[in-house]
Amino acid sequence: MTVPAMVAEVVRKFRANARIVIVGASLAGLRAAETLREEGFSGPLTIIGDEPHEPYDRPPLSKQVLKGWVPADHTKLPRLREVDAQWRLGVAATGLDRATKQVRLEDGEQVPYDRVLIATGTRARQWPNPAEAALEGVYTLRSRDDAARLQQALAARPSRVLIIGAGFIGSEMASVCRELDLPVTVAERGSAPLVGALGGVIGEIAAEMQRDHGVDLRCGVGVSSLEGDADGHVRRARFSDGTTVEADVVVASLGSIRNVEWLEGSGLASGFWGVGCDAGGRAFDINGVVTDSVYVAGDVARAPHVLYEYQFLAMEHWDNAVLGAQAAAHNMVNLEPHYRPHLLLPGFWSGQFGVNIKSVGVPSFGDEIVFTQGSVEERRFAAAYGRRGRIVAAVTFNHGKWLEYYGQLIEESGPFPPPPPGWDRPDDTKPIPAQFPELGVPTAIPEVVLTGHDPSERKAVFRPRR
Amino acid sequence: MRIVVDLNRCQGYAQCVFLAHEVFRLSGDETLTYEPNPDDEQRLRVQRAAAACPVQAIVIDRLEGAERSVTP
Amino acid sequence: MAEETPWQQSLRYANRANPYPFYEELRKTPVARQPDGSYVVSTYREVVQLLHDLRVTSDPRKRPEPDQPDNPLEGSIITVDPPQHDVDRRRMTRHFGPPECPHMVADFEPEIRRLTAELLDQMEGKTRIDLVDEFAFPLPATMICKVLGVPLEAIPLFHDWIETALDGIDFGPEANDPEQQRRAQRVPDAVTGIRQFLADLLHQYAEQPGPGMYSAMVNDDGPEGRLPQDVIISDALLLLFAGHETSVNLIAHSVLTMLRHPHVHEQLRHQPELLVPGIEEFLRLESSVQIWHTRAALEDIDIAGTTIPKGAPLFIAYGSANRDPERFENPDEPHIERPDNQHVGFSQGIHYCFGAPLARLEVQIALGEFLRRVENPRLVEDPPPYRRNQIFRGPRHVLLDIDGIRD
Repeated sequence: MTVPAMVAEVVRKFRANARIVIVGASLAGLRAAETLREEGFSGPLTIIGDEPHEPYDRPPLSKQVLKGWVPADHTKLPRLREVDAQWRLGVAATGLDRATKQVRLEDGEQVPYDRVLIATGTRARQWPNPAEAALEGVYTLRSRDDAARLQQALAARPSRVLIIGAGFIGSEMASVCRELDLPVTVAERGSAPLVGALGGVIGEIAAEMQRDHGVDLRCGVGVSSLEGDADGHVRRARFSDGTTVEADVVVASLGSIRNVEWLEGSGLASGFWGVGCDAGGRAFDINGVVTDSVYVAGDVARAPHVLYEYQFLAMEHWDNAVLGAQAAAHNMVNLEPHYRPHLLLPGFWSGQFGVNIKSVGVPSFGDEIVFTQGSVEERRFAAAYGRRGRIVAAVTFNHGKWLEYYGQLIEESGPFPPPPPGWDRPDDTKPIPAQFPELGVPTAIPEVVLTGHDPSERKAVFRPRR
Repeated sequence: MRIVVDLNRCQGYAQCVFLAHEVFRLSGDETLTYEPNPDDEQRLRVQRAAAACPVQAIVIDRLEGAERSVTP
Repeated sequence: MAEETPWQQSLRYANRANPYPFYEELRKTPVARQPDGSYVVSTYREVVQLLHDLRVTSDPRKRPEPDQPDNPLEGSIITVDPPQHDVDRRRMTRHFGPPECPHMVADFEPEIRRLTAELLDQMEGKTRIDLVDEFAFPLPATMICKVLGVPLEAIPLFHDWIETALDGIDFGPEANDPEQQRRAQRVPDAVTGIRQFLADLLHQYAEQPGPGMYSAMVNDDGPEGRLPQDVIISDALLLLFAGHETSVNLIAHSVLTMLRHPHVHEQLRHQPELLVPGIEEFLRLESSVQIWHTRAALEDIDIAGTTIPKGAPLFIAYGSANRDPERFENPDEPHIERPDNQHVGFSQGIHYCFGAPLARLEVQIALGEFLRRVENPRLVEDPPPYRRNQIFRGPRHVLLDIDGIRD
């Protein structure tokens, strides 16, 4: 038998007999399962999800669901093919033992695997004060059940809604409130909405959009406390500038936390920023060595990206979940040289205040921005982000048909500022600073230390928590 | 039935809204929202919409009627 | 005399029924310079790329060459760039589609069905029909009149003007033939005729509002105001003419394709639900708009190993891109369940066909009823005689022998 023939036989046997476990039953988990079967994997497949629901789509939750048009349970994802899996829904994974190759579940069960895919995604960051967070009328939005609860609260027509945090979800929720003609206050610590994702220049435009639509937008302030009434229902928020707002629905939209706690002790390169992996979805262990049996996909994955100086990027985007899962699943049942890289040009969209905001590339990688097409005043325009003379991202407001032109420029590492259009040039085509905030210093990064002296003994360990 | 629209691909041509306006809605110039699990009576219209999409962004469940076998 | 390029050969009238072998040659050079300095884009990837390129204009007035033929559609949305294009298109979309009128086209479905039934009823007792004159033309022509608010009695009149104008336009090597020159000389009168007709009609609606889009367009006071006086006739002409010509060709070509491929005909008869993707495939295979001619490069554009110089006119060869084997497997064969059939039969980008939803609905109903009711249709001659025009390519007549019309 030749070596290639032997390898092919190994792969064939593996696909017939191996046990694969997918932890996470959302978009990435589902698409990974489908890809495994599509690739000819016929062994036992287990899908573990902490929510009791079968895979559903999240983007509608902050839009048509909250608005009351679409019920929260009408978000079930279409299937691309049969997956013939054992679904363990409503039970969270609590540990990963790489020595015995088992996933531990909260009910005590151990699920053995030959390959495991980590697709546990993120959860909403809760309001930090537990007593205040427990007040009735205080919400977060991440899951389908969250959306159902919040939708009911909005349908009851509260006197005012307070949204804390003006990222994409917070802004979309504010937009829905205004469509429902509910008074809404948005409190944002940063200088403007969307600054983290799109920078201060675009943030300023987003701020105007909110105010034009009647949002009481307060930037540069934090909420220092929430106050409830005798029945334990939230009534008031106190801001860092001393002012207060009366609100009977408060939504904490403070971003997301990656679901990595269950990996503690697994010896993987996981932490605040996600689980490190190569561009093929293969997880790194704590030493930065790639593993053979652990894979990562979706919001929780963090991989080096060729277009962005090989920096590790975590992309909490819909197509990253789909395409990253498909690449990882392919690689789970193939061997070199048949590995496939996940070389996504990231992209996202957000519908708010009647404007379709779309982006391609990684805006926050840029330090300059230039308006390239259309009119900011009309909120119909395109802008490009650049760094060191190269285009790295673009954003469009109601100009989505042009986005792929910029996508191609980014893929080709085209010049910044990009060549001007032949028509519809904006009044000002000078690049200006994009005004991204300094990256916050995360407080919960686990510390890693090196131990051992002999090269064969050197390894990294997490410093034990005190 | 179940559908999902890849809104990264979507460029706002709104062909789906013309063909199945109870399932797909446009607000503003190009913001598309839709009912992800529409009634079965919308099937023909949704199929028309999916076929008409200039960027083929509409995915319809391929297991319609088949056992989805999700057991909690 | 220099040998003709594949592009020039594809434009010869003798090759109208089957330009595809020449397209195949043409695609060997995705962006091919022609002897007159124009560039032809024939491959899928490059076509899509240039449809989204900010350095490409659709407005012939921005070209450097001074002696251009009159553009009968001057100022209309298909021959202008943003921002004017975007504003004017929104001004028209307000009366046709979402967000303001999401169900207008769908509401025409009963009318399309009634008319289709009527046309088929009229074939009862016949053993030979002309698919074009008796079916493919009257359905879309009548419907566009109803959508726009054009009196049905005017159909023969505008049909004649449009035929004359289309026959007189030629981008190929036969343009200078004496016979073609004579056809070209008749164009200005035809254009004047139809523009005057539309001017009168719009004026009438301005005085006395009535049903249909024309009246809405002249009387509208939407957020962006009315269409400017100097372009409204061009836009009205575009809607009228593109609003039926392309559907005529699509219906005729769809039947032709089905009858040339009996297994496809059988498949669709037994699974009529496949008509929906099937029509997309017919449009890919025989694109109603084969080429478009008004674009030009406003800057030097590097693409596919060549540089299109600033000012060069561009021909976008949709019909060729839709048969590009790099994009479509087995591109010359109809595969009605073709996955990922992202054809460019209605173009792409901001100039995507305005009337596509209406065309689709018309053709889906027409074909569905044709399949159900026409017994044993057979082509009398293949290929049928074609019209001269290279852009709006379609048969002049399609004679069919039939056994009868079912109820």
